[in-house]
Amino acid sequence: MIYNNNATRHNKEILIRLCELFFASRLEDQIDRLPLELRPKDGQATRCCVYRDRAIIKYRCMADLGFSVEDEQDELTPLSEYARRAMNRQPGQHNGKLLTVVDEACAGCIHSQYYVTNACQGCLARPCMMNCPKKAIEMQNGQAVIDPDTCVNCGKCMQVCPYHAIVYIPIPCEEACPVGAIVRSDNGKQVIDEDKCIHCGKCMQACPFAAILENRQIVDVLGVLTGEQKSVAMIAPALAGQFKVDFKQIVGSMYALGFDAVIEVATGAEQTAREEAREFEERMREGHEWMASSCCPAWTETARKHLPDLLPAISTTPTPMHYAAEQAKKALPDSVRVFVSPCLAKRGEALADPTVDFVVTFEEIGAMLVARGIDVADCTPAEPIAPASAVGRKFPSTGGVSEAIRGFLAKPDAIHADQINGLDRKTIKKLKAFTRIRGETNFLEVMSCEGGCLGGPCTICHPPVALRQLHELTDKD
Amino acid sequence: MTSVTVKICVGTTCFVMSSSELELLPEQLPAELVDRVKIEVSHCLGYCKDRNYGRAPFVEIDGEPIEQVTLPKLIEEIQKRLADK
Repeated sequence: MIYNNNATRHNKEILIRLCELFFASRLEDQIDRLPLELRPKDGQATRCCVYRDRAIIKYRCMADLGFSVEDEQDELTPLSEYARRAMNRQPGQHNGKLLTVVDEACAGCIHSQYYVTNACQGCLARPCMMNCPKKAIEMQNGQAVIDPDTCVNCGKCMQVCPYHAIVYIPIPCEEACPVGAIVRSDNGKQVIDEDKCIHCGKCMQACPFAAILENRQIVDVLGVLTGEQKSVAMIAPALAGQFKVDFKQIVGSMYALGFDAVIEVATGAEQTAREEAREFEERMREGHEWMASSCCPAWTETARKHLPDLLPAISTTPTPMHYAAEQAKKALPDSVRVFVSPCLAKRGEALADPTVDFVVTFEEIGAMLVARGIDVADCTPAEPIAPASAVGRKFPSTGGVSEAIRGFLAKPDAIHADQINGLDRKTIKKLKAFTRIRGETNFLEVMSCEGGCLGGPCTICHPPVALRQLHELTDKD
Repeated sequence: MTSVTVKICVGTTCFVMSSSELELLPEQLPAELVDRVKIEVSHCLGYCKDRNYGRAPFVEIDGEPIEQVTLPKLIEEIQKRLADK
């Protein structure tokens, strides 16, 4: 499924190779060879030929190096040049975009969303032809055929076909986007509308051609890990479920990668829950009807861009990541603070938060470990600066936030919590009507990903398995 | 009744390349095979260190490595081996 298909594996392999080159100090002089090595001349091509595959791999590398494919000025600029720029990039110089579309890969997708199947009888009535406003349908060999260049995807033909012979084929990324932020440009390729995008990453997971990629900061982080300056890994609570080892060994693997200190963001989550509980009590005293959680940046972005009426109900308490970063700043004042994240939206949050320098995803951490030949099971168990408790560690699973807040309330019975477990078109509709339909609910936990952060788009472990592993840890606490 | 032993590698390389999904094998195995498959989870089996074995994730069935395993592929391989026995 989404966690396990050729497209995601292909991207991970490229990322691992890129890390290997970096660790061998050969990124700049060898990266131009990478597309050739991955698609050798006599090897098998995924698309029409190895040359096209290589061109697309080049764009994947470009995104991995932190550049937007859309910003390409000159097709002849080699990857080595992008690698050089990436390695010399200073904090704050990242272009600030989170997603990029490889239009070369996107072009493989369907052009018309309506398709005439073999069930077409080529009838005399031909209502499809008669009702098509663009005259996009003609008969070929006794069956109707839609011309994708003329079709405007209105769907009239499907509605009128007496044999139900015309089917609708969704465009996966458009279908996955909860907020309609992906639109087809005039040249038939998908474009992400930044004014609408909430950076949930669902399009990236949904695209069967892996044409939507993150604009990474991995080279920046690798530079920090191998450089002079001290660095702190602020590990998201969801990381605990990502490997099949003892949690202390996961902490140990962060040291093995070169971080100088590790902070459990679960401690920040405890602080968020404590403050949010206080805020909840205050709001209820002031006569507010309800309050919503604030820790998921894809959700707060959704409210900002699409549901502004709900903004006043969202808690103003800082997120666990922010509290953890403040902690890190106190503990190691001149360090580079890196958030280790299950998702993309957190990178967006970090770009707007000066206390966090970089965001590296679980997937990227995984690629670094593989490239370094580090097996987490062999890592020396280590402690984070201040170990968290089960309260904060449960934050990344559905219901974890509500439960934590309840625990900090003077009167736990005062909270009537409900959850939005994953943002999609349906749940966004529910949110739109929430003030009307909330019943007695006075606290709403909203998570963009189903299952909470454990289901994040940049995680390694299959979510149900990750949940099992997280429970093993929190049951011990 | 003949049976097979399946060893799922959960070393870091296999895990990063999505072997976690394979841990759902006990729930996904067709009911008639449940008693005929012994499932073990193993730390790094070492196949990722040698590109000749193919690409991660790896699973061993009766000691024989299988590369680029997915849950459907694994079930198919198990069925094939049990049918041959």
